[in-house]
Amino acid sequence: MSNEKEKQGVSRRDFLKTTGIATGTLIGGGIIGGLVGYNANKGSGKNEKTGETQQGQNHEINVGLQHFKTMKSFNILSQATERILPEDDLGPGAIGLGVPYFIDNQLAGAYGMNAKEYMQGPFEDGAVTQGYQSRLTRAQIFDQGIAKLEEEAQSRFKKGFEELEPDQMDEILTAFQKGEVKMEAVTSMFFFTLLRQATLEGAYSDPIYNGNRNMEGWKMKGFPGHQYSYAKDIESKEFIEYKPQSISSMTHK
Amino acid sequence: MATTLDKVDVLTVGVGWTGGIVAAECAKSGLKVRGLERGEARGTEDYSMVHDEFRYAIRYELFQNLSRETITFRNNRQMNALPMRMMGSFLLGEGLGGAGTHWNGQNWRFLPYDFEIKSQTEKKYGKDKIGKDFLLQDWGITYDELEPYFTKFEYTAGISGEDTNPFWGKRSKPFPTPPMKKTPILEKFEKATTNLGYHPFMMPSANLSEPYENPDGSTIAACQYCGFCERFGCEYGAKSSAEITVVPTALETGNYDIRYHSNVVEVLKKGNKVTGVRFYDTVTGEEFIQPADVVVLTSYVLNNAKLLMVSNIGEQYDPDTGRGTLGKNYCYQILPGATGFFDDEQFNTYMGAGALGMTIDDFNGDSFDHSKLDFIHGASLSLTQPGLRPIAFNPVPPDTPAWGAEFKKASVHYYTRALSIGGQGASMPYKENYMSLDSTYKDAYGVPLLRLTYNFTDQDRALHKYLSERSAEIMKEMGANTIAPANPLTDYDIVPYQTTHNTGGTVMGNDPAISVVNTWLQHWDAENLFVVGAGNFAHNSGYNPTGTVGALAYRCAEGIIKYSKTGGSLV
Ligand SMILES: Cc1cc2nc3c(=O)[nH]c(=O)nc-3n(C[C@H](O)[C@H](O)[C@H](O)COP(=O)(O)OP(=O)(O)OC[C@H]3O[C@@H](n4cnc5c(N)ncnc54)[C@H](O)[C@@H]3O)c2cc1C
Ligand code: SF4
Repeated sequence: MSNEKEKQGVSRRDFLKTTGIATGTLIGGGIIGGLVGYNANKGSGKNEKTGETQQGQNHEINVGLQHFKTMKSFNILSQATERILPEDDLGPGAIGLGVPYFIDNQLAGAYGMNAKEYMQGPFEDGAVTQGYQSRLTRAQIFDQGIAKLEEEAQSRFKKGFEELEPDQMDEILTAFQKGEVKMEAVTSMFFFTLLRQATLEGAYSDPIYNGNRNMEGWKMKGFPGHQYSYAKDIESKEFIEYKPQSISSMTHK
Repeated sequence: MATTLDKVDVLTVGVGWTGGIVAAECAKSGLKVRGLERGEARGTEDYSMVHDEFRYAIRYELFQNLSRETITFRNNRQMNALPMRMMGSFLLGEGLGGAGTHWNGQNWRFLPYDFEIKSQTEKKYGKDKIGKDFLLQDWGITYDELEPYFTKFEYTAGISGEDTNPFWGKRSKPFPTPPMKKTPILEKFEKATTNLGYHPFMMPSANLSEPYENPDGSTIAACQYCGFCERFGCEYGAKSSAEITVVPTALETGNYDIRYHSNVVEVLKKGNKVTGVRFYDTVTGEEFIQPADVVVLTSYVLNNAKLLMVSNIGEQYDPDTGRGTLGKNYCYQILPGATGFFDDEQFNTYMGAGALGMTIDDFNGDSFDHSKLDFIHGASLSLTQPGLRPIAFNPVPPDTPAWGAEFKKASVHYYTRALSIGGQGASMPYKENYMSLDSTYKDAYGVPLLRLTYNFTDQDRALHKYLSERSAEIMKEMGANTIAPANPLTDYDIVPYQTTHNTGGTVMGNDPAISVVNTWLQHWDAENLFVVGAGNFAHNSGYNPTGTVGALAYRCAEGIIKYSKTGGSLV
């Protein structure tokens, strides 16, 4: 049973009133620090000239490619992610959610460069239970994987991956998932695992990362994003639908 | 050339719960204490952008940077150990507060049975219950002896709970704060387990039910059930951790300081005493010697063992001969459970707190008869409401594809319609499961990585199967339409996250032939060296470790204070 009216989460002011944390008895530090920072930054996020807000309507000029060099690679990636999370009556699929941009942008940064992973050799394949042992970074794995998707499409169907029918794409993706496609210094199974995981990340991470466009991923699932407190509602027997909020609300508003 | 710093009375390597507790107690007693922490200073004010699943829970914002140091792993001695290149099975802490910054706060005392597991098991089930390849041993201390320290830790942390569990040890004092709120999800579990004749109770929690001031004067705020708890720091200061309790307590004495960005690489030993440690400043790259009268290793299970190994202190365990104690009895946690899918009910699963849950201990420890079972011990079975987040939580009934249209439909639908019962299952020490130094791979300072040799055993598999069956029965009683018991245990896999409940390797006991430290956590081979953490556990119980780790840290601190007056062995 869902609570008919969409619920607005606890506002900062309500929060301070109801929790007693700010009244000086027990400060604990953080909420005060957090809220002060939040107050100090009152810019509306609205573009003075166009009146458009930064999130939503004006999305297109704020996203672009940081890693892929050709639209072709990007389109292959896009189609593959859309097969993993397709559009349906519940809501947008990976493309509509901006997932391909999210992945592209991630590949250009610490994730793509394996900045926080142990990358010293010697490299050996190892057992499945020993996990990632490739000498390649994630960016290299995606580049190679996408080239291999295209190669598979050409050899199986004599067409580019982008032009395939959905079930033909699925056939190829399934072959990757099962590790049946030969790749260099990494298995196709591992590439598929990365691709699937990155697709979910792009669909459901905070919109500040350029996926989950307009919080549509969260809206499908009923996840409210960043809310201050559920203390008042945690005992509710009703299912509650909050208006979702991005963590960017801490910096703009 | 290393620069030698001024000597301090007590030095801790790492500043998480254990380092913080030792620092607070020793500094209060007048000793000059320094903490060397390789991570950064941080506190509640740094957690205001924390409601970001991707950054904190998926990209591991607060955890150890593996590019500098990791461990190597193999399932058995026949395999080549390879580095854990990406974080997976467990999430190592780094920075002030250590892993305690981003824990759930499920806070347990191990059972009286745990501390005497060998003698009690033999008495009740005979000498050969699980076979001699399992290195069961008593801990050299009883629950009753440890009880005051459990209480002390719980009062420092302000633990919220209710003393209604018939199976756990006697408590000398009530919980410092009442249990957390009982939500409809928990009530469902309570009703089902009560119907089945079990004994549900609210899980003891370090996410506090109400504001609390601890005996040292630190304040902890009330939990807001924000749903960003495990893997996140608490932006309200409502989750007990070292940086909001024992660390400020220690600093207020004026007898304590912390040097950050200080990576310890060696404990220096001369004769039967240690003289200090050698470390690198991770910012400048400079090498330093920090002399100390007492050195305390509080750098978590893995690095405590590693530092002893690279410093040649104690004898490395050898599985061929059974000789040596360092690295032996490495255990983990066995995770039985069941997920239930509800077609007609929707739950506020996105709300919650790390330690919001109800538990039964009817199948934990020796609270049920094992004579006809092929395993010992068991698991606490809990239904928690930790706040489920959308990247990590995509539950689908068995036989649903892992991607595509059907996956999307099911994972979106069941995100708020699936509940899980999870067990923290006990893990018994096995002669082939141990820690040693890797011979190939090195950390950023050229020091060998720690090597884990670990696999699940038949004992683990039997325990897991039995407890997963019990979990599925409870789920059925809760009215789930589809029930998926946990997949049978096969081989230990370092990839998926399981728990950060690594234990053993620097085991405590009253016999130096089978333990690394005595029951004051004082090293048998160096009287001014103390080693504290879950590494002291001779096996892992059917609970999360930190309540017991906290108790051991308080006992260790008392030992250090005593030692600093009398010298010599404390036993
Ligand atoms: C996600 C997560 C959830 C958890 N949930 C629970 C729970 O609900 N209940 C429970 O009981 N337990 C839980 N735990 C486990 C709990 O966090 C740990 O048991 C506890 O924090 C360990 O404290 P410690 O002081 O032994 O080590 P840590 O907190 O890990 O502190 C060790 C410190 O030493 C530093 N260090 C390491 N090596 C060096 C070196 N060479 N030089 C200098 N400094 C060094 C590290 O940077 C770190 O800060 C959880 C852990 C994780 C990761
Ligand atoms: S759930 Fe409670 S204790 Fe955990 S981070 Fe949120 S407010 Fe803090």
